[in-house]
Amino acid sequence: MADTPPVDERIKEMAAFRTALIRPELGGMVGIVAVFVFFLLFAFDSGMFAAQGVMNWSVVSAQFMIIAVGACLLMIAGEFDLSVGSMIGFAGMMIAVFGVVLAWPMWMAIIITFVICISIGALNGFIVIRTGLPSFIVTLAFLFILRGFTIYIPQTIERKTIIGGIRDAAEGDWLGTIFGAKIFGAVFRWLGDAGVIAVFERGNRAGEPVVDGIPMLIVWALILVVFGHILLTRTRFGNWIFAAGGDAEAARNSGVPVNRVKILMFMFTAFCATVFATCQVMEFGSAGADRGLLKEFEAIIAVVIGGALLTGGYGSVIGAALGALIFGVVQQGLFFAGVESSLFRVFLGVILLGAVILNTYIRRMITGER
Amino acid sequence: MTKPIIEMKNIEKHFGAVIALAGVSLEVFPGECHCLLGDNGAGKSTFIKTMSGVHKPTKGEIVFDGKPMNFETPRDAMDAGIATVHQHLAMIPLMSVARNFFMGNEPVKKIAGISFFDKEYADRVTMEEMRTMGINLRGPDQAVGTLSGGERQTVAISRAVHFGAKVLILDEPTSALGVRQTSNVLATVDKVRKQGVAVVFITHNVRHAMAVGDRFTVLNRGQTLGTAQRGEISPEELQDMMAGGQELATLEGSLGGTV
Repeated sequence: MADTPPVDERIKEMAAFRTALIRPELGGMVGIVAVFVFFLLFAFDSGMFAAQGVMNWSVVSAQFMIIAVGACLLMIAGEFDLSVGSMIGFAGMMIAVFGVVLAWPMWMAIIITFVICISIGALNGFIVIRTGLPSFIVTLAFLFILRGFTIYIPQTIERKTIIGGIRDAAEGDWLGTIFGAKIFGAVFRWLGDAGVIAVFERGNRAGEPVVDGIPMLIVWALILVVFGHILLTRTRFGNWIFAAGGDAEAARNSGVPVNRVKILMFMFTAFCATVFATCQVMEFGSAGADRGLLKEFEAIIAVVIGGALLTGGYGSVIGAALGALIFGVVQQGLFFAGVESSLFRVFLGVILLGAVILNTYIRRMITGER
Repeated sequence: MTKPIIEMKNIEKHFGAVIALAGVSLEVFPGECHCLLGDNGAGKSTFIKTMSGVHKPTKGEIVFDGKPMNFETPRDAMDAGIATVHQHLAMIPLMSVARNFFMGNEPVKKIAGISFFDKEYADRVTMEEMRTMGINLRGPDQAVGTLSGGERQTVAISRAVHFGAKVLILDEPTSALGVRQTSNVLATVDKVRKQGVAVVFITHNVRHAMAVGDRFTVLNRGQTLGTAQRGEISPEELQDMMAGGQELATLEGSLGGTV
C-alpha cells in the first residue's frame, strides 16, 4: 500500500460549523438558550433579570454546580455516588459539632470535617473497588448511614436536630471567610450609588445596594468548574478518568491505574459535597439534620442534562455546569414567573427527558454507537 | 538466522490438578510472524499469558533478548517490550483515537510547573501513525467507536509498535472480522513484521495463518506438535494437527474439505 492511501469515499467531508457544533455540551447549550428565551418572554418583568433576581438564581445554580462537578467526574470514571446529599448534611453537622458544641476554632473544625468526609469518600471507593459491588448499592448504604449519624449525633449531645451559632463562631475566622464571605462589595456599593442596581429604600440597610457582593459559593463553583474541566480535558489524569469509565479492563491492560483513579474521584466528590456544606452553614449560620436531602439526584440530573453518559466514559464538566445552570434557572425562574411551584417537577422532568434524548442523539453521532 | 528475541523453553503450567501446558517450547525471531495454532482448549491462551507475564510458568524458562526473564506482572513484560493486543479489550470506543492511542502513555508538557496532556503532540503522532497504517481519520478526535473492527485492531497494533514493542502478541485478531477487514489486519501484520518486530499470531484459522505466517507451531492438549517452516507444510496438514488428527479427517470428508 502507498504511504498516502486514497481517501475513503464513504467518509463525507463534514462542514466546519457542524464539527464545531457536534460536541458533548451541545445539549446543555441548547437547553440554556431555550430556558433563557422562555423566561425572558414570560418572566422579564418579574425582577428575575434585575440584580437581586440574577443573584438569586446564580446562587442556586452555583450550589448545583459545586456538587455536579464532583458527580460528573465520578460518573465519567464509571461510578455513582448516592451519598452526596447525606454527606452535605453530615459535613454541615460535623462543622457545627466541632465549631460550636466543642467550641474549636472554626478553621480547625472545617479542616477536620474535610478530612473526615474525604476519608468517607475514600472508604466508599475502596469498598466499591474491593468488593466489585455496584457503586449504586455501596453509596446507597452510605446515604442511610450518614443521614442516620447526622440525626443521631446532634440529638444525643444537644437534644435537637439543628445547631445554630455558626456565624458567631466563625466571626473573623480566616477559613470561615473563604467559604462564607462576599467579594467585590465595593463594586456593588458603587453600582448602587451610581443607580445601576437598586438600593434598599428604608430599614436599617437603607442606601445599601440590594446585592452587596458575590458570595464565595459562586467563586467556589467557578473554580471547581474550571479545575474539573482542565483536569478532564487537559491532563493525563483526565485521560485516565475517561479510560476508567469507558472500559476498566481495557484501561488496565494499557497500564492505567483504574482503582486509584476511581477512589480519587470518590474522594473528590466528597470534597465537593463538603465545600457545598461549608458554604451553606456559613450562609445560614446553622447546621440542620435534613440539609442536602435529594441533592445526589439533583447533581446526577445536572450531569445527565449536561451530556454525560450514565454508564461512564463520556461527558463534560462544562456540560454539567450548564446542566446545573439550567436546573437553577428553571427552579427559581418558575417562582419568578408565578407558576404554581408544584409544576417545577413537571418542568424538570420534561427538560430532563428532552435533554437526554438530544444528548443520546449527539453522542451517537460522535462515537458511532448504534 | 539471527538470535531469537524470545525463547520459551519447556514451559509447563499447572492449575491445581489440571496440566494446562505440558512442556511447550517456542522461539520467535525479530521480523518473523510466528503463528501459534490450536483448537479451543489447546492451551494457546495460557501459553501467551505466560509469555506476557499474566501467569508465571510452573516449570520452564523464558529467555528474552538473550537474558532469562522472570515477569512478575504484565507491566514488567510490557516494559521489556512484549505487547499483547487482545481481541476485544484493546480500545475504548467512546474515546477518541488520539486518546486511545496514548492511553496509559500520555505525553505531557509542563506549563508553569504543572503537567498537562500534550494534545498537539498526541494528535500529530496519531494522525501520522494512522496514515502510515492506511487508516483515514477525519481527525484525531474521531471516536474509536466509528472505526470498523479491523481498523480498531490496526490502531491497537500500531499503538503497541509505536511504544516500542519488540514482541507483539496478537490474540485472535481476525476471529470476529469480515473478509475485507481481515485482509487489512493481515496487511498490518505484514507491515509490522517488516519493521523488525517479532509477531506471535494466535489463531485457529489456518488460512489466515498461511497468509502471513513465516513459521507455524501447533498446540494440542497442552503440547507442541512441532514447528514448521513456511512451504514445508500444507494447510491440510496444519488443520489435521490442530484437530488432533483422526476425527476431523472423517468429518472433512462429509463437509467437502471446507472447514
